[in-house]
Amino acid sequence: MKPISLALHEFRFAQKVFWRNPASVFFTALLPVLFLLIFATIFGGDQIEELGGVKVTTYYIPAIVTLAVISATMVNLSMNVTIAREQGLLKRGRGTPLPPWVFIAGRVGNAIVISAVMLVVVTLIGKLLYDAPIPWERIPAVLVTLVVGATSFCCLGLAMTVIIPSREAASAISNAITLPLYFLSGIFIPENEIPEGVLSFANHFPVRDFFEAFFSAYSPKTVGAGFEWGELAVVAIWGLAGFLIALRYFRWTPRQ
Amino acid sequence: MSSAAISIKGLRKTYDDLEAVRGVDLEVFPEEIVAVLGPNGAGKTTTVEILEGYRDRDGGEVSVLGVDPAKPTPAWRDRIGIVLQSTTLEPALTVRESLQQYAGYYRNPREVDEVIGLVGLEEQAGTRARKLSGGQQRRLDVGIALVGDPDLLFLDEPTTGFDPSARRQAWEMVAGLRGLGKTVLLTTHYMEEAQFLADRVAIMSEGRIVALDTPENLGDRRRMPTTISFSVPAGTDLAGIAGVGQTQSSSEDDTGLRTVSIGTHEPVADLNRITGWAIESDLEIQHLEVRRPSLEDVYLELTDA
Repeated sequence: MKPISLALHEFRFAQKVFWRNPASVFFTALLPVLFLLIFATIFGGDQIEELGGVKVTTYYIPAIVTLAVISATMVNLSMNVTIAREQGLLKRGRGTPLPPWVFIAGRVGNAIVISAVMLVVVTLIGKLLYDAPIPWERIPAVLVTLVVGATSFCCLGLAMTVIIPSREAASAISNAITLPLYFLSGIFIPENEIPEGVLSFANHFPVRDFFEAFFSAYSPKTVGAGFEWGELAVVAIWGLAGFLIALRYFRWTPRQ
Repeated sequence: MSSAAISIKGLRKTYDDLEAVRGVDLEVFPEEIVAVLGPNGAGKTTTVEILEGYRDRDGGEVSVLGVDPAKPTPAWRDRIGIVLQSTTLEPALTVRESLQQYAGYYRNPREVDEVIGLVGLEEQAGTRARKLSGGQQRRLDVGIALVGDPDLLFLDEPTTGFDPSARRQAWEMVAGLRGLGKTVLLTTHYMEEAQFLADRVAIMSEGRIVALDTPENLGDRRRMPTTISFSVPAGTDLAGIAGVGQTQSSSEDDTGLRTVSIGTHEPVADLNRITGWAIESDLEIQHLEVRRPSLEDVYLELTDA
């Protein structure tokens, strides 16, 4: 019980720190909403024949949920954990009786909760502004996709801290990894506009698989429960790889 | 195991081809404040970080509160407070929140408000760390190290980069810890700081401890002479005190005084000779001063600075 309450203690402070950081709030909470409004305005209205006639605005809901979850987990952790490391906060934490995993768990828990909040926010905006249906009958698939994806991208974020040398490099490296994948995976541009070869290339990376899993769970054209176990397995394997890299190479002391 | 809070024998540490610590021996006893004084690169931080469990050692025996710091346990960490060389605070949390966060990690933490009082941040309790001055941030750093109510406190250069008044405030705060019965090991490159705070001072140079004693006794008296100085009217014949002391020098200034400076290893006997000579010669001696070697003299000699 003690470690659980300690993890909750850490989670509370991680929440405070997150909401007080204007950069985290903007990039994680506001930017995905802005992207949704911009893309829905530019590309909205049409239907995508290739996807069974789904409206473009409906397409963008799982796309932006994917982006929001990746921002709240991988991007957020890779930047903020690197900054905490370079400030010496991780080193200081190691000098206390707090078990190291609790230190990480508080921050991972924070990232997952913010992911869930963003999923709800984006889904509601989709419903209210664009009449994108809320997938009530496929909620289990939405939740499983969220949990598998958020956890896996948290692991990838922790793994990324291994290659990020300094706080200055943190946002450049994480944007350099995520932005191209958002374009290639059909997050920013509807996938019927993207050549097949590009999509199959993007299929090698977990952003595309994560999005496909969310798309099946959200799309009103989906038949059945909407679980994409194959895609989720790919995401989970990436997450596991990230976990192992972090476990082996994670640094607690500043590099500079 | 000895009753020492910290016991170090033959400690060694090498980085690549740099021998940072070359055989350090040191014991620190409970409730004692010991300062490790030395220039940058002397091996102070390496030594302290080995004691804190952050770094491995290459040789020697180390015991901190009866535990080998190479194998730290949570129970051991519970008894230790650490202030790292650079200030490490979460900028978005207030003074009170920062202390509450760390207090949650320890079995028997001190009251957060009491710690705020100990480090003198009552007025800043609701201020976020990023808004504090450098001196206030450092005091919060010390507060965080104290909040677990540790038996042993490490302070790595607690006042480096401070202006004199912030340094004085920090000293008074650390001196106040004496009343709590804490054992403190601090590193510094300020002689005054070591002199003001420490019961004993270890002077470290090039990976070795070159002197270890109370601030009063530091320095070898047979090698470092006491200075007796006084002034007499210009033109006074000094033949009567020829041969007194090991060294003599004198100079005249334009106020008509001759200032004599005598270096001696027998200050009491030589002072008696000088005053006897003055009374016999019916001389008026002014500005008589007996000065032991300062810690600075000793430090500069020992570290070849």
